[in-house]
Amino acid sequence: MITDFSKPGPPSTDKRWRLVDATMRRLGNQSRGLIETLHTVQETFGYLDEGALRYVAVSLRVPLSRAYGVATFYHFFTLKPAGEHTCVVCMGTACYIKGAPQLLSAVERDLEIKPGETTPDGKVSLLTARCLGSCGLAPAVVYDHDVAGKVAPADLRQQLKKWTRHDS
Amino acid sequence: MTPEELEQIAEDERASQGEFPHRVNVCVAAGCISCQSLSVKEAVDKEIASRGWQKKCQSKGVGCMGLCAEGPLVSTGTGTLYQHVTPADAGEILDGLDTHPPDRLICRTDVPFFQRQKKIVLENSGVVDPERIEEYVGASGYGALMRVLTDMTPSEVVQEVTKSGLRGRGGAGYPTGLKWSTVAKAVGKQKYVICNADEGDPGAFMDRSVLESDPHRVLEGMLIAAYAVGASEGYIYVRAEYPLAIKRLRTAIRQAERIGLLGASICGTRFSFHVDLRLGAGAFVCGEETALIASVEGKRGAPRPRPPYPAQAGLFGEPTLINNVETYANIAPIIRNGGEWYAQIGTEKSKGTKVFALAGRVLNTGLVEVPMGITLREIVFEMGGGIPGGRRFKAVQTGGPSGGCLPAEYLDMPVDYESLAKAGSIMGSGGMIVMDETSCMVDVAKYFMDFCMTESCGKCVPCRVGTFQMNELLARITARTASTQDVTMLEELCDLLRNTSLCGLGQSAPNPVLSTLRYFADEYTAHIQEKRCPAGVCGAESKES
Repeated sequence: MITDFSKPGPPSTDKRWRLVDATMRRLGNQSRGLIETLHTVQETFGYLDEGALRYVAVSLRVPLSRAYGVATFYHFFTLKPAGEHTCVVCMGTACYIKGAPQLLSAVERDLEIKPGETTPDGKVSLLTARCLGSCGLAPAVVYDHDVAGKVAPADLRQQLKKWTRHDS
Repeated sequence: MTPEELEQIAEDERASQGEFPHRVNVCVAAGCISCQSLSVKEAVDKEIASRGWQKKCQSKGVGCMGLCAEGPLVSTGTGTLYQHVTPADAGEILDGLDTHPPDRLICRTDVPFFQRQKKIVLENSGVVDPERIEEYVGASGYGALMRVLTDMTPSEVVQEVTKSGLRGRGGAGYPTGLKWSTVAKAVGKQKYVICNADEGDPGAFMDRSVLESDPHRVLEGMLIAAYAVGASEGYIYVRAEYPLAIKRLRTAIRQAERIGLLGASICGTRFSFHVDLRLGAGAFVCGEETALIASVEGKRGAPRPRPPYPAQAGLFGEPTLINNVETYANIAPIIRNGGEWYAQIGTEKSKGTKVFALAGRVLNTGLVEVPMGITLREIVFEMGGGIPGGRRFKAVQTGGPSGGCLPAEYLDMPVDYESLAKAGSIMGSGGMIVMDETSCMVDVAKYFMDFCMTESCGKCVPCRVGTFQMNELLARITARTASTQDVTMLEELCDLLRNTSLCGLGQSAPNPVLSTLRYFADEYTAHIQEKRCPAGVCGAESKES
């Protein structure tokens, strides 16, 4: 058994790594803290890149394969940076029967991207959600961090135009 | 913290609330917030300040008032409810406190949507400020915990819960008392209590609402459970998609720790309980208890065969009690009023109330708490106000991807665990989606199969491969290129998944297909033989502009 273990230094001098370190410390630098740590990384940096996964894996003494496995198993984690704006279309049952597929195809057609992709200019990322729990307001869309309810394709198009035209 | 000190907090709180002649409550649960209720609250506060009414009128943010479709909702101390409130209405609402309430904003509360409800879980929702522990204490909160710690032995607590007849509100309906007594009897160095707040069913938002509106109720339920089973550590596994619920839970935990209701030697006894949050990361399968445990341990959420059940070997191999948010939310009232009181509500085998999230093609969408045994018709047509736009009711979907679609013939069926199961659906966690003639049932079945396919963890073959194949078959039917043989194959796969899958996800994945095949066979026939979609849904997306 290897008892001699020293925690590696963070991948860069970025001060935000201290937040990640704090989460790992709070959970006793144990493998059970893997998911919580990845949450912190994603919250801090926006996504999980290879360097971050390697650092977290070594720090918590789990194989890189397990860290990668967890990061790709859960939908919430993303390995790619998001665009400047994000548009999340809720695909929950209530939204689905109230027209979410039409909303989604409107975005797909306007921006020529599929869910999970970002426009080539890095402006807008399109995502889908399993259910936002805003079923009373179906169909719902999240623009950046604001939930909008009872969205019609025209509303959505207008918001997208705002994002893609100006630097708002 | 002693019972006397708690009583003092409650009295102080009631006294300070009583000093205000008027009160304006603004809903600050996620539904109304997305309709800008926070700016309404701000406008009310500003208006109060500019009028110098700081001593006359209290304004506070409260939890969900139920009728999410009409938000933002505002209520007053006298029970007037306002709907679609905008910040510009603040002055008019304050004017109406002393005189006549402004008619144009009034939301009638003498309608079945409100009158038919029986609130136990939601008794504080829309009444207390979820971010202040004092308000919860003022509403008799933590009184049940005190009573348990000072007057009752753990086995008496289990007995009381058993007497109440409460069954798991996560969907399967396992008797809660029985689960508690199994964990209480189990031997282990360390026992755990887990709250399953990974509300993954699309179309369900009861748990989110309870956590956002009354988080302390869930903590109190967990504390009582921990005392009853002999656990000293607990986790709340909550979806990362619910940031507001997470924030309010964190606040609630901090507050309870500060006044000594969480932590070491609670209430001067030897009972200690620590609770921590674990964030889910968007995997539906983590609603399954063994998968949830794996996730709390920091692993991929793959379920494992049972037995051993978590009650014997759960989190870190130790005895673990897992209950759903709503189950815990029922505990404090049961202790406060007695198990017999609770057992009087509901039907013979399904006791108490159930919270449903009413959504879809129904007029009044929102949250309702009803006694078990009420009929679907009462919920959908009386409380829900029926189908908008003069269209016809087609089906009501309960239980999410594990449930089924029930047609009009079943509208008069009582809502309880057994009746729903017999009709081919399940109680589920409480999502209730109403569909009208604009929905194609084959398309709905495909929607759920696509969901299960994406969410299958991939551990067992029947689920991983079966859901994919079923989704392909359903895609062929909706594309109207299927043959009758495909339906036979679909039926065979349903049988295979149901009987051979490892966990509930795979075992129940066929339910939406089976129930639509059973009640809406004509729609399948139309797609296959007449090559048309009666609802005009299939193939329409590409034409829509």
